[in-house]
Amino acid sequence: MKKSNFFGRFLVALTLIFLYLPIIVLIVFSFNDSKSRTVWSGFTFDWYIKLFSDRAVLNSLYVTLAVSVLAAVLATIIGTFAAIGFFNMRRKWRAPLLTISNIPVINADIITGVSLSLLFVSAGALFKFDLGFGTLLIAHITFNIPYVILSVMPKLYQLDKNLFEAAQDLGCTWMQAFIKVIIPEIRPGIINGLIIAFTMSVDDFVISYFTAGSKVQTLSMFIYAMTRKRISPEINAISTLLFVIVLVLLIINNIREARQEKALLKKSAVLEGDV
Amino acid sequence: MNGHKTTSNGNGHFLRGIYHRMPAYPYVIWMALFVVIPIILVVVYAFTASDGKFTLNNFAHISDYAIVFGRSLLLALIATIICLILGYPVAYVLSKFGQSTQRIIIMLIMLPMWINFLLRTYSWMSLLENTGLINRFLAAIGLFNLINNIFGTDIRHLQMINTQGAVILGMVYNYLPFMILPIYSVIVKIDKSVIEAAQDLGANSSKVFTKVIFPLSLSGVISGITMVFVPSVSTFIISKLLGGGTQILLGDLIEMQFLGSAYNPHLGAAISLIMMIIVVICMSVMNKFGEGEEQTVIL
Repeated sequence: MKKSNFFGRFLVALTLIFLYLPIIVLIVFSFNDSKSRTVWSGFTFDWYIKLFSDRAVLNSLYVTLAVSVLAAVLATIIGTFAAIGFFNMRRKWRAPLLTISNIPVINADIITGVSLSLLFVSAGALFKFDLGFGTLLIAHITFNIPYVILSVMPKLYQLDKNLFEAAQDLGCTWMQAFIKVIIPEIRPGIINGLIIAFTMSVDDFVISYFTAGSKVQTLSMFIYAMTRKRISPEINAISTLLFVIVLVLLIINNIREARQEKALLKKSAVLEGDV
Repeated sequence: MNGHKTTSNGNGHFLRGIYHRMPAYPYVIWMALFVVIPIILVVVYAFTASDGKFTLNNFAHISDYAIVFGRSLLLALIATIICLILGYPVAYVLSKFGQSTQRIIIMLIMLPMWINFLLRTYSWMSLLENTGLINRFLAAIGLFNLINNIFGTDIRHLQMINTQGAVILGMVYNYLPFMILPIYSVIVKIDKSVIEAAQDLGANSSKVFTKVIFPLSLSGVISGITMVFVPSVSTFIISKLLGGGTQILLGDLIEMQFLGSAYNPHLGAAISLIMMIIVVICMSVMNKFGEGEEQTVIL
């Protein structure tokens, strides 16, 4: 038992080293005093300082954040309502609609991107518009909604159906019952969906690449354009910053959850002691 | 008032009637516009020439690229198998750790996904290059000198970048979490009493694994395989960055037809259609193994 335990720890440690090796390289070279990505020539904060005066980088960061926030919020609204509507449908209708809904999740990103770009280019020729922020946003909302539905749906199934009836018996209108009873009950699913949608949007490159046109550039697209030449360590710097922000948020969240769990354990221990 | 009436059918649904299905209608229209029509357009483009007439020429052209299809499928398959061999034991071992350790490690496995995918892959370039960090390290510990002294060769570096191996490494690196997470989430949900029952009935630990744990974790394995195989077979960045353009894959081929030098969306659509068929075949084969379990999507 001991032996397999050691082997297990070793295996997990090795996997984590594998996953973090390039990330550590990336972070270390964001402090490198030259443009080289393999030779260390001294410590500097220059790339971080340069970053905040580089218009192109900041602009692409702004586009990424704007499209991710907007797409995540809109997808969460549309997706939550869609999940409720699907939930109330007969299986005959729900099953095929959910299958269609999941197409962007299952399909290869490149096909989602290419198919949307075919639509946008043909519609653009017809109605005289160019690919840009609008088409980018539509694409992001489209691939985000299924993730929202997938995280809200299970919460609806857990819902006690009597709750809604009880609220109405106690004098709530449909809308009041919906806002005061249903929404709070499924809130964890909604928030989870929002976070997943935001993550998918920030990380997306392929679909954006095919649907943003030539005038708008997300951070991913900007980085891709750079990989053809040579990536400036500024990009290492901005990724390090984003990584640290996410890390801090996750740690805070983790501590909070652990505390809640501990509090709950204590509470249940006390209650059990009473009985 | 009747609109508020809820029916107490066995499905546990809290609302019935058209009024309550309405929240889904905007999305149904959205799906029609941005999911269904685009796919129909891919099919239309695949079967037409640039003058809009019906043709099968696009598919006839595809045979020129048989080698790319073969390479894509092979590399994606190898990457998927490696991910499974690495990912399953990790997921299994992980499920035996303490609660809080499990949570931290799962967080650590997901965290790299927050670093831009292009940058993670680009970072591998710095590691794998001929003058890259791994080669520098190997030279620094005197490995090349040692080999050269023994065999009288003149090796200066180990060729890693721009090889198929590098492309496979890139796929494994980027998609390994997609294998670990679904398998892990299925294994942790296995009822402990089932395992105890098997032990009580005389199964040793390897029997418990092959007869109980593995079959019960199969649905996770299946979603893991699809979640690794589909992006691997369709990638076009990994091959570009780590294969150095010498290892063109299906994704590169499609990209070239739409945004690259060889602009021909009709051919691109035909290749996309075939890739979609590959994905559908892969999914249905996998679903057969999974006994029609619902797709688990985990992030």
